[in-house]
Amino acid sequence: MLTKRTTAALSVALVLAVGACSGDNSGASPAASAGGASAPAESAGESAAASGGAPSAGGAAISGKLLVDSKYGCKPIPCTPGEGGADEIGTTRVDIFAEQYPDVELEFTEKDFDPATFLTSVAAGDPPDVVRISRDIFGTYVAEGALEPLGDCISKFGIDMSQYREPAVAAVTVGDQVYGIPEFYDSRILMINDSVVEDSGLTTADVDTADWTKLTDVAKKMSKTEGGKLTRIGFDPKLPEFLPLWAKANGASIISDDGKTSQLEDPKVIEALQYAVSLVTEQAPGPEFNDFKANGPGGKDFFGPENQFAADTLGAMPMEQWYLNVLANNSPDEKISFAPFKDKQGNPISLSGGSALAIPASAKNKDAACEYIRVLTLPDTWYAAAKVRADKRAADGEAFTGVYSGNKLADEKIFGELVNEQTAGAYYPGVQLTLETADTAFSLPPNAAAEEFTRIWQAAVVKVLTEGADAAQTLTQADQEAQDAIDAAQQ
Amino acid sequence: MATTGATAAPKRRWRVSEQTRWGYIFLLPWIIGFVVFTAGPMLASFYLSFTKYNVIRAPQFIGLRNYELMLDDRRIPLSLLNTAFYALLHVPGVIIFSLLLAMLLLRVGRSSGAFRTAFYLPNVTPAVAVGTLFLLLLAGNGLINQVLGVFGIDGPNWLTDPTWVKPGIVLMSWWTLGATVVIYFAALRNVPVELYEAAQIDGANAWAQFKSITLPYISGAIFFTVIVNTIASLQIFAEVYTMFFGGKSGAGQEAALFYTIYLFQKAFADLDFGYASAMGWLLFVIILVITLIQVRLSNRFVFYAGDSR
Repeated sequence: MLTKRTTAALSVALVLAVGACSGDNSGASPAASAGGASAPAESAGESAAASGGAPSAGGAAISGKLLVDSKYGCKPIPCTPGEGGADEIGTTRVDIFAEQYPDVELEFTEKDFDPATFLTSVAAGDPPDVVRISRDIFGTYVAEGALEPLGDCISKFGIDMSQYREPAVAAVTVGDQVYGIPEFYDSRILMINDSVVEDSGLTTADVDTADWTKLTDVAKKMSKTEGGKLTRIGFDPKLPEFLPLWAKANGASIISDDGKTSQLEDPKVIEALQYAVSLVTEQAPGPEFNDFKANGPGGKDFFGPENQFAADTLGAMPMEQWYLNVLANNSPDEKISFAPFKDKQGNPISLSGGSALAIPASAKNKDAACEYIRVLTLPDTWYAAAKVRADKRAADGEAFTGVYSGNKLADEKIFGELVNEQTAGAYYPGVQLTLETADTAFSLPPNAAAEEFTRIWQAAVVKVLTEGADAAQTLTQADQEAQDAIDAAQQ
Repeated sequence: MATTGATAAPKRRWRVSEQTRWGYIFLLPWIIGFVVFTAGPMLASFYLSFTKYNVIRAPQFIGLRNYELMLDDRRIPLSLLNTAFYALLHVPGVIIFSLLLAMLLLRVGRSSGAFRTAFYLPNVTPAVAVGTLFLLLLAGNGLINQVLGVFGIDGPNWLTDPTWVKPGIVLMSWWTLGATVVIYFAALRNVPVELYEAAQIDGANAWAQFKSITLPYISGAIFFTVIVNTIASLQIFAEVYTMFFGGKSGAGQEAALFYTIYLFQKAFADLDFGYASAMGWLLFVIILVITLIQVRLSNRFVFYAGDSR
């Protein structure tokens, strides 16, 4: 029989334990890339409002409330510059749509995509009409039935899918259905610190990912240790995030093209991991390397003027192109060279990422949502937003290295008219290379267990890197876990 | 003695005094809150633990499948062991350091209020801020390793070396021992001074006084803090999530995968709310068992002044 004290203690335990079970929705929020919401552009024939809703490209009357799961922050719409919660790339595009469709009552959640918030809004029957989701996790929401297939939207509103970059479209296509329209577009190139290369008695041409044996030597030569401690990273393979890129360079993929089969135990993936980890461990033990990368000189100020290139604590690394803009504005005089990341055959390859705009299956204003997405991703809309940013940067005396959209036509216009040696300075070659390699990029196919799959393979990489675990054994185990997760998510 | 037939048993009327009635009325807001926000979700989560549920679609009953899957999930024992490791270091550390600090506070007289405030401040600091602060302190070249360096110790990589990740988190957790200090301070002040005086007359040294007077008199407070800190340590989430899972930097760091973090990932990243609910109930049972054991053991060690039992 329980005593009073026992009962009291159990009561405390019960209440506190329930606290744990009830969860906490703070924290996790995989926001996509820069920019806020999106905005539309004008196209011929799309005129202003009429009472009862403006005619859209699809001929449907667009009006009513449109709830967008994104930041904007300016009221009233159109936005007064300088007030916003989103940047000018977001607000400009939204303003274009708003001017075009004044009968649409735009409302923003003023936050980046958050799974918990999104799911509860869906469950409560009050979902946003448009969501902006990282393409990396797209597959999960498609598998769960949370997103609307856009076939009708695309045909009704005449969205030209050929204008979008293929890797981005592939990342939002499940089976033969498109579930999202690509928004931003990241790709990766090699960034090489000329002064470190020179200091090591090398040339930038020596930093070549096609020749793995040579790259190991180059990494060792460019790295430095003092008193047994790492003081300069020679080459950072960017683990765990870039394993898919190293695997692709070795002729493999970590997941099948249909996103249904984990291929982590593919011998070529294992070999790629072994090699990429060895690139690190030839310079320093994994934990020391990672700590120096994150907290050492340069690493701590990754987005500032004391970055790794300025501090000369890094020789070279593959990196997303948005970092060009960081460097251009913080280290305009730094001598940095750029090269494509190559596979073992010497072909340039890249890994693409970014965000997509989608419509929840239970959205209430799907026509307006579709038109919103269409307009926000039109070349003219992108160009208008990029122009605002270019002008702003010029007025502030800052560099402008471009806005990388998932729309090829938009990029052609933006980079053809707004970005040049003057605006991008010494980083212009990096801009050009990014554009050249953008179409050589691949994306991981959407899979139903997107986040779990990523967690599993990244944990495996970290285990090999920091604990010295056997790559083959670790990836084999990860492969089984990943396959179980994918299978379970598909049921 | 003869009885005259069956006499009707007197009807017991459940009578509630007006005072009691008002008591319940005043309790009503809490009762409603408990039913709606705690008991209700708890019952719901019990049902959901037998379902496949992603919030978007209606729950689909799958019996014990989630519990079966947990048996095969490598990350369940991994995260439980991580959590147990943390709790086993965190709780004794908090108890010992808090008691030491509280005893020191007793000796500083009037200024103890300022110290109490200082000790308590970390408790009112947002957990995310604490996590961010310790990312800086525990960095390879952070303050903690710099201090160790003064003593000639080459500090470890607290944030990136799997061997040192959990000890680093324990170090961080001791930062917020202010609440326990305050409880001990209050308990220590309630120990009758005359007992110490009598002990001194009897020639008891400081250790004997502590062992025979202080510890028994504050054993109730120690018992309470052991239970509360144990439960809290089994639920640690925000600081660790901020440090190791909030961004890309800590991605994949399994050494910091605590049970509640894994539960959160299953629910809000993988959208597997049924499985996460089952995990929640496993944690509840674990906490219940641990608390029961603690309560049983407490019968031997806890002394309640004025308790005649």
